[in-house]
Amino acid sequence: MSHFFRLPRLSWRFVPVWQRNYLVWKKLAIPSILGNLADPMLYMLGLGYGLGSLLPNVGGMPYLTFLAAGTVAYSTMNAATFEVLYSSFSRMHVQRTWDAILNAPLTLDDVMLGELTWAASKSLLSGLAILAVIWGLGLYGNFWMTLWIVPVVALVGFCFGGMGLVMNALSPSYDFFLYYFTLVITPMVLLCGVFFPVSQLPAAVQGVSAWLPLTHAIDLARPLVVGTVPDNVALHVMALLIYGSLGYIIALALTRRRLLK
Amino acid sequence: MLKARGLTKTYGDTEVVRGLDLEVRRGECFGLLGPNGAGKTTTLRLLLGLIEPDAGSIELAGIAVPQRAREARMKVGVVPQMDNLDPDFSVRENLLAYGRYFGMGKAAVAARVPELLDFAGLASKADAQISQLSGGMKRRLTLARALVHDPDILFLDEPTTGLDPQARHLIWQGLRRLIGAGKTIVLTTHFMDEAERLTDRLAILDHGRVVAEGAPRGLIESHIEPAVVEVFGEGLADWTEHHAVRLCQRFETVGETLFCYTSTPDTVIDALRHAPALRYLHRPSNLEDVFLKLTGRDLRD
Ligand SMILES: Nc1ncnc2c1ncn2[C@@H]1O[C@H](COP(=O)(O)OP(=O)(O)OP(=O)(O)O)[C@@H](O)[C@H]1O
Ligand SMILES: [Mg+2]
Repeated sequence: MSHFFRLPRLSWRFVPVWQRNYLVWKKLAIPSILGNLADPMLYMLGLGYGLGSLLPNVGGMPYLTFLAAGTVAYSTMNAATFEVLYSSFSRMHVQRTWDAILNAPLTLDDVMLGELTWAASKSLLSGLAILAVIWGLGLYGNFWMTLWIVPVVALVGFCFGGMGLVMNALSPSYDFFLYYFTLVITPMVLLCGVFFPVSQLPAAVQGVSAWLPLTHAIDLARPLVVGTVPDNVALHVMALLIYGSLGYIIALALTRRRLLK
Repeated sequence: MLKARGLTKTYGDTEVVRGLDLEVRRGECFGLLGPNGAGKTTTLRLLLGLIEPDAGSIELAGIAVPQRAREARMKVGVVPQMDNLDPDFSVRENLLAYGRYFGMGKAAVAARVPELLDFAGLASKADAQISQLSGGMKRRLTLARALVHDPDILFLDEPTTGLDPQARHLIWQGLRRLIGAGKTIVLTTHFMDEAERLTDRLAILDHGRVVAEGAPRGLIESHIEPAVVEVFGEGLADWTEHHAVRLCQRFETVGETLFCYTSTPDTVIDALRHAPALRYLHRPSNLEDVFLKLTGRDLRD
């Protein structure tokens, strides 16, 4: 393994990989956008209005607002994760697109950076769609503050894209990804304050929650929706950057072992 | 154009490539022959710098590999053993996308596309999806894709395996044009006729080692008797015991057939006239005979 571990050497050669994915996506952009966005939107609006009408303020705001802020992060996470799991896996393993690209003057570092930036871009769109709903329904406190959500969403996409690439590197088949969803993504959705405040959880669980990337994402997004400056911005940003970068670095080593041994 | 010294690659406890030396000159078509698992694909992957050798040195187009593999790959076009065309793109888009990987601008690739489509005989299929192409068309497109950046060297890993005779001839025709245009070609194959037709020189690889190297004709002359009489039919064992041992310089029985290698086929055929139950086929020896002599007749997989 040590032999495969080397810090990434980044180069601009990743751009055509990003572009390849973009051009393919563009062909089916409309159904893809609708398909990706309908689900989080329905959850948010259904639960937000349905459950929200039964609830008093949650975390100091109407439940729909609370949920919308969580959904921005959640939806971005899901979009990035799906992209690097199912779509990247199909390009790497099933279609062997990566093999073809590696015969050109690109390294695996470039290919995976292209995949990562693409996943971040695509998930950015998911986050922005929820943001558009927030704007449309006037769920925000200060419009100008909500613009900061755009870079936050990009960072969240990067973070979960990097993490997901590790699974992509390890997976023998599509079936394997279910474990990641069951063991990582779903628990995170429940523990990180998407649907209810983390403060409702037992203290020990809150301790765990504080380490999870989705918590950091939501701790940035929710105040920005409400219109306040998030606490500990540097900490949250660093956490997301570290999760994403470590994911990318580890995934790169594992994928080298998988494809280039 | 290509120089490799002492290449070694080990997977687990198996040395898949064992101290390989190769040299390919500019403008030459060089064949890498070997049975399944001989290490042909592994050798090509080493030469491209996709995997690192455990020992040895490589210079490709004057560039050290794997140290500067990225630069070296700029000068090489690759037709991999398994087709990996991009199924999400049409024929034309495959070429455009591949050009971008080499850093070519949109206009530069677009200008080359008609010529490449023409070369591949796919001009009428430019907007077809990959799934609509036949095996031969896919192979030709892969070849055209490998040429998108006008490389000096081409690596072809079994370019015609799985194709019907018509499709193979079309690929050969394309390759001859490239040889005529002065490209250096390294090609792996297990078709002996392909190697005899196309290559100037070839190396026969077995268990990761070069067991013979030279021009196809030269290899046949130096490794094997000029003629083969294949004998089969009732009473073969008996004839082998009484005549083959005496008349053939070398012989081998494979299943129901005796391969009699000889420089005096007439005497063998004379003798066969007295054994009317036996049938025979007299032919000049070819590269396949050399190959089988050097690598044996056992199945490898
Ligand atoms: N990544 C790998 N890990 C482990 N073993 C491998 C790997 N790649 C190749 N091998 C083994 O190395 C040997 C040589 O394989 P290689 O693909 O180079 O052969 P080849 O000459 O191209 O064969 P073929 O004609 O079947 O394509 C085989 O025994 C193969 O199983
Ligand atoms: Mg092979």
